[in-house]
Amino acid sequence: MLQEHARIVQFIAMAGEARGRKKLQKMIYIAKKMDFPFAEKYELHMYGPYSEELTLRVEELCEMGFLSESCTDKGSYVQYSYNVTEEGGRFIETAEAPHEKLADCIERLNGKSSRFLELVSTLLYFDYLPKDEQIAKVHIVKNKLNFTDDEMQDAFAFIAELQACSIVA
Amino acid sequence: MDYKNEKLFEEKVFKDPVHRYIHVRDKVIWDVIGTREFQRLRRIRQLGTTYLVFHGAEHSRFQHSLGVYEIVRRIIDDGFSGRAEWNDEERLLTLCAALLHDLGHGPFSHAFEKVFTLDHEKFTQAILTGDTEVNEVLRRVSPDFPQQVADVIGKTHPDKLVVSLISSQIDADRMDYLQRDAYYTGVSYGHFDMERILRVMRPAEEQVVIKFSGMHAVEDYIMSRYQMYWQVYFHPVSRSAEVILIKILHRAKHLHNSGYPFQYAPVHFESFFDRTFSLEEYIMLDEGVLTTYFQWWRKEEDAILADLCDRFLNRRLFQYAEFEPATEYRKLGELERLFKEAGIDPEYYLVPDSSSDLPYDFYRPGEENERMPIYLQMSNGELRELSRSSEIVDAISGKRRTDHKMYFPEDLLESRENPLYEKILRLLRGE
Repeated sequence: MLQEHARIVQFIAMAGEARGRKKLQKMIYIAKKMDFPFAEKYELHMYGPYSEELTLRVEELCEMGFLSESCTDKGSYVQYSYNVTEEGGRFIETAEAPHEKLADCIERLNGKSSRFLELVSTLLYFDYLPKDEQIAKVHIVKNKLNFTDDEMQDAFAFIAELQACSIVA
Repeated sequence: MDYKNEKLFEEKVFKDPVHRYIHVRDKVIWDVIGTREFQRLRRIRQLGTTYLVFHGAEHSRFQHSLGVYEIVRRIIDDGFSGRAEWNDEERLLTLCAALLHDLGHGPFSHAFEKVFTLDHEKFTQAILTGDTEVNEVLRRVSPDFPQQVADVIGKTHPDKLVVSLISSQIDADRMDYLQRDAYYTGVSYGHFDMERILRVMRPAEEQVVIKFSGMHAVEDYIMSRYQMYWQVYFHPVSRSAEVILIKILHRAKHLHNSGYPFQYAPVHFESFFDRTFSLEEYIMLDEGVLTTYFQWWRKEEDAILADLCDRFLNRRLFQYAEFEPATEYRKLGELERLFKEAGIDPEYYLVPDSSSDLPYDFYRPGEENERMPIYLQMSNGELRELSRSSEIVDAISGKRRTDHKMYFPEDLLESRENPLYEKILRLLRGE
């Protein structure tokens, strides 16, 4: 079974729509850090955790006709959105059901902005460090985004909230 | 003279088939090369299982690491040194990061990481900052120098220009591996005019940029990446060998977890199966260790493990069939059912494989600022993303080709030992 492909389609189906490639990248990274079984490998790029494998997989899913891609001109950039097609819906019926707690996690992530998720995912990338070093790393990696102390606090609070409802909680 | 600036009495050179000579003058670099962790890279092939297709591809990560070092040395010493945007104080740091960027790769890296959910970059960091010979050498420069090298490789160093020399869309890592892999595999694509690229590279605020007049040399480099991907990195037979390798490790792990009494106990793997391994245990592993186990496991009573090891060592690889998931995903379910009915475990003998399983990347322009694209520096100083000026790059960077295959043991199925085998073969071949 193409389980790893199916997990991505299931994720987008549960989210309703994935608006923005960056947001999708960060949502799946955060879900993975909450121990949901996503296989895509992430690396730190100039702007935070990024998975080339996920980019390729989403492209494959679009070519397979399980996802549809649309793009909107936002002026300075183009935003890509993804939806599950009818065939994609039939495809995931043949796959293992996702973990029961995933829907809750996605709902929490969906309500947040791309900028906030970028901050959360980058903090999680450095979660092996003490809190002050995590913050320092985020300021180095994302020096142009100027995250405020309040945003940092909100991000740590959100991570604690997510961890409380993760698979291992 | 302090250790950081200490030079060897005479320059040392390594003969190299790609760059002709690798030049070493810095004592620190010479000492790092002599450490056991760096020497270990001699025992890890650069291209994993590709040698089973292109028999010349036996080159190691040791060679590649020296090559990346040499390219960066030339960029700095022959191009950047003395320019206002470049800080010469970062020279040694950049050279060390170039030399050590692949230090944490394990044996058959991609397969090993997939099975044990590991990340070689984390091991690079751990070796640099842990109780190792490399760390001891780097600490002699300054107590925080190992961490600085780790930060450059981990892309968290504040000097992004230094980071971009080691890791960006047109970095020394890619420029070495494309040429080296082309040389050792013997393919004719993969070559590009690196001399020209080095001459037109310019340091900018946060990254290396390319002088506009060098655009055609960069186009050549982008084409090389594209061709090497499909002709070498995603070669279907090489993928077959990797599929078998992954399945061997999965099988050994499964047997260990279910208490199977190994005739040849997987001593070197037990801590990986149990996720209790130490850094030293990781460093002890190389491709020689893995293939030695495969030799022993050919004699195991477990028929699946013995067969897979024999297949890998003696190149009895799986055959492949084209697979279109969009229209055939239900067929996969049917095949799995038939395999089970015929007494063949589909978990190990029926394996779908997709191009996304091998993340060698193409050049693609910036995606919502996820990755820094290649910028051309125009004569007025303005920066312009490469695909906006190059029709060739624009033509290949926006369009992707994906590929899916189904791997299976055709030799076994053709034995017709079971009446179901023929039915399975017909289904696989789309007859």
